[in-house]
Amino acid sequence: MFAMPSGAEIQSIISTLRFGAGYFIPELYLSALFMVLIILDLVLGGRKNQILASATIIGLLGSLFFIFQQHSLPDAEIFFGMYALDRFGIFFKYFFVLCGILAVVISMEDEKLNSQDSGVGEYYALVVAMVIGMMMMASSTDLLMMFLAMELVGLSAYVLTGYLKSDARSSEAALKYLVYGAVSSGMLLYGFSLIYGLTAQTNISRISMELTQHGYDPLVMILATLLVMAGLGYKMGAVPFHFWSPDVYEGAPTPVTAYLSTGSKAAGFALLMRIFFVAVPHASEGVEDMLGIDWLTIMMIIAAASMIYGNVVAIWQKNVKRLLAYSSIAHAGYLLLGIITMDKIGTQAVLVYLAGYLLMNIGAFYVVVVISNKTGSENLDDYRGLGRKMPLAGAALTVFLISLVGLPPTFGFIGKLMIFSALIGKGDLFMWLALIGILTSVISLYYYMFIPLNMFLRESEQNSRGEVKTGMVSNVITAVLMILTLYFGLFFQPIAQFAGYSASILGAVLN
Amino acid sequence: MEMFTSIGLNHFLTISAILFSFGMFAVMTRKNAIVILMGVELILNAANINFLTFSKYNGGMTGVMFSLFVIVLAAAEAAVALAIVINIFKTFKTVDVSRVDTMKE
Repeated sequence: MFAMPSGAEIQSIISTLRFGAGYFIPELYLSALFMVLIILDLVLGGRKNQILASATIIGLLGSLFFIFQQHSLPDAEIFFGMYALDRFGIFFKYFFVLCGILAVVISMEDEKLNSQDSGVGEYYALVVAMVIGMMMMASSTDLLMMFLAMELVGLSAYVLTGYLKSDARSSEAALKYLVYGAVSSGMLLYGFSLIYGLTAQTNISRISMELTQHGYDPLVMILATLLVMAGLGYKMGAVPFHFWSPDVYEGAPTPVTAYLSTGSKAAGFALLMRIFFVAVPHASEGVEDMLGIDWLTIMMIIAAASMIYGNVVAIWQKNVKRLLAYSSIAHAGYLLLGIITMDKIGTQAVLVYLAGYLLMNIGAFYVVVVISNKTGSENLDDYRGLGRKMPLAGAALTVFLISLVGLPPTFGFIGKLMIFSALIGKGDLFMWLALIGILTSVISLYYYMFIPLNMFLRESEQNSRGEVKTGMVSNVITAVLMILTLYFGLFFQPIAQFAGYSASILGAVLN
Repeated sequence: MEMFTSIGLNHFLTISAILFSFGMFAVMTRKNAIVILMGVELILNAANINFLTFSKYNGGMTGVMFSLFVIVLAAAEAAVALAIVINIFKTFKTVDVSRVDTMKE
């Protein structure tokens, strides 16, 4: 049935692979870093946590250089249409590497993680593996690559979540994350198989061509859509696929929580944008779907539900990590608002919002780690009076929370402003969504500001006076993150421009 | 009679849909973590049957290749999953997921 390929065919395959490898250097470099870290862990003895962390940071910083070099390459599809290099992908490569670096920085600070008897071991190697997986999620153009990249992220994340082996909550979080993750990736795979059945293609631009040329059965397409959305919604932590997130965020080691809530979420959005903009025919293009339901409607419902649910339920939370988990569900809703506009401005807004979210969310988790190192608690009531004991941490946390609400002069405000302004002028339905977004932001003001209220205006019960000493390094990092959040709130032009430049997806027409 | 004697595309797809439903049913109703993981395997294999069937009737090897990758990934996932379940058993002395629920609103 299948003849042996001739010599010339093999030659052409080899040359395609060689050409592709030239476009794949950051990923190859990071794979090498991953292996180096595992070997370092085996070779080094004694107290090696700090050495491993520094090696990871230096290695990740090195990858920025290789990513920067990719700017000179033209947009291309490589490895037989499996993978793409475009400006959109490059933006996310920078994003994930920075996210990985910040995750390592938080991990170095976290005492729970570093005081483990067995040492951190391959923890940092797994962080790097997740960076590779997330990069591949953002750049894959084939259903198979997308699935493999998602699984790479998922499998690394399950292990990271359960990394505190002696902590019952960490193990429980890992189990919950694993069960929800495995089921949703199974559903995603089933959806992919239906799409493959409809089109006989796995490359997303060819799928789009096939669907527009030959049409499709709307019922099967809706089923496939819902299944794929279930898989992606899980990664993004959007309602109604959010059930895992509060427990996992609370139980996982805080650095991992920070990493999951920014990196893995952003990767889900990158993948969604690529599938949604390139592969899927939309009702607005004249293809009528059954009952008028299509991706756009489904995503509108998910966005509105996420914003309302996340912000309302967060009001009753007593644990800071849990509160931030619900806030991250709400932020998934805001980000979806930017995607459903389906134009260049909306995409640009999503990228800016994600950049802001990276700074403020990781900053907030960093302060939570600094505080829990000193007080041993993540409970809201234990934050009473901390503002006077730890003035810098208190001020920084307040800035990050103001940014998460979306008030000026912070980076979060710029992101929200851009998303809402992209919605305006798109029609009535979009205006209503923007209104829901603004109203729920007002609700979020209440629960976010509850934390500074406890820190500055309420006295702690023990009534112990005097400052708590925090380390020099953590003070500097807190201050830098806080200043950057404020700085980009005022001088956002470079990032907005870079995001606008990056809002170009291979094979998608955005206008 | 034709419908019952010759096996066609629909038979395969029905089998795969039934397997998928069994898998979902197991995941949603069972309390034992191991049985839940077995349900996940059923879901993945349902997708595999779909890929192989479509590959057979569409022509081409893409679906076969896809399912090969899925088999490998399912094995990797099972390895990670069982490691986590063993850790759960060490800390909680049970693999009943309804009792592994210490975090509450």
